[in-house]
Amino acid sequence: MTTDADIIDALVGIAPGSSLDAIRARRPEARAHAQATYRALFAPEAPGTISAQERFAVGVFVAGLHDATAIAAAYAGRLADSRASAALKEAIDAAINEAKMRGPYGSYPAGPLSQEDTAGPVYRVEAMTRRALGPRLAAALEHVHMLVFHPRDAAPAALQALLDAGWSTTDIVTLSQIVAFLSFQIRVIAGLRVLAAHPAPREVAP
Amino acid sequence: MTDTVLTPPEHTVPTAFTRAQLDWLPWLEPLAVEAMTERHMASLVDAARVKSPYFRLLARDPDALEARTRTDKDIFYNPDAGLPRAERELAAAATSRFNGCVYCASVHARHAATYSKRETDVQRLLDAGVTADLGERWNAIVAASVALTATPSGFGPEHVDRLRRAGLDDLAIADVIHAAAFFNWANRLMLSLGEPAATAPS
Repeated sequence: MTTDADIIDALVGIAPGSSLDAIRARRPEARAHAQATYRALFAPEAPGTISAQERFAVGVFVAGLHDATAIAAAYAGRLADSRASAALKEAIDAAINEAKMRGPYGSYPAGPLSQEDTAGPVYRVEAMTRRALGPRLAAALEHVHMLVFHPRDAAPAALQALLDAGWSTTDIVTLSQIVAFLSFQIRVIAGLRVLAAHPAPREVAP
Repeated sequence: MTDTVLTPPEHTVPTAFTRAQLDWLPWLEPLAVEAMTERHMASLVDAARVKSPYFRLLARDPDALEARTRTDKDIFYNPDAGLPRAERELAAAATSRFNGCVYCASVHARHAATYSKRETDVQRLLDAGVTADLGERWNAIVAASVALTATPSGFGPEHVDRLRRAGLDDLAIADVIHAAAFFNWANRLMLSLGEPAATAPS
């Protein structure tokens, strides 16, 4: 998997000339810029202070939390290419198992919407996993879990925890974009896969 | 400079979904206008967005912001067939309602109402939530958006069939998928980098 080949096409299995290829071609800017976002977040020209390993580690974690096996494997491939240790990959897999839930849940500001509040866990990385991840990545995965499963529980304290773990304001913007973009990419792939596997019935001649 | 979390000024927190205009107050420092480079400015795509603290915060990663914005515009504004604009906005509003993004829901419920002229149905979605009865075609679009928004996704062939029965062709179904997927992107940014505020009465 490179950043040149269209990753959504690759992971849906869209062949040139197929009906989904034609459908994606009708929204050419969306197709090109979904790919451009992937490049910007996972092969940036100016990586700043977020390492490639951190970016791919988050990719594996988010796809794993979505039960998106093939997508997680694609990001795991790039994590391996970034010379991540086997121990890091194992720690991320452990974190996925600790953290996997069903979403969305969370609370609203007190008021009429409180009746829709849905309780759910706040993820804290377990001690063994935390040692393998290190404090900076562990803090990121705790935040990522909230973004994936219960984003309406977001609060300034969560951002303070990231700042305390060494993420700058600009790092947090990029980390948030990575998780938010993956939430999009994973759903486009999931949706288009269903559509590809379930073509419209052909009209039968009377 | 040590980075810090911002404490928003005193404001009224919206406690219900609404089509009213809301403000958005950042929890992290947006770029100062005078500190923005040409690259930062270009990443806004629309120069008027320099007034928005949300976009000036996202401009800290200009390549990601620009690509995000161009993806967004094609999904919602491309006029070439597929799902009518009103129903792309409906998918955005339903996704935002289900994830709990009061700010995003306000903007896109407003757009859905404007383009569909069905203010009562849009308001019912906001008030009663994603199980409100909005007529079968809208129900099918909302149900598909909600299924795709769940983590892990619950979107399946039954949603595709229901959308087809409601009259959507495959390009329109792909538009539902993209509109709902995009708001899973947008909701997470708006919810986690700041908060909505009721605008002061004028």
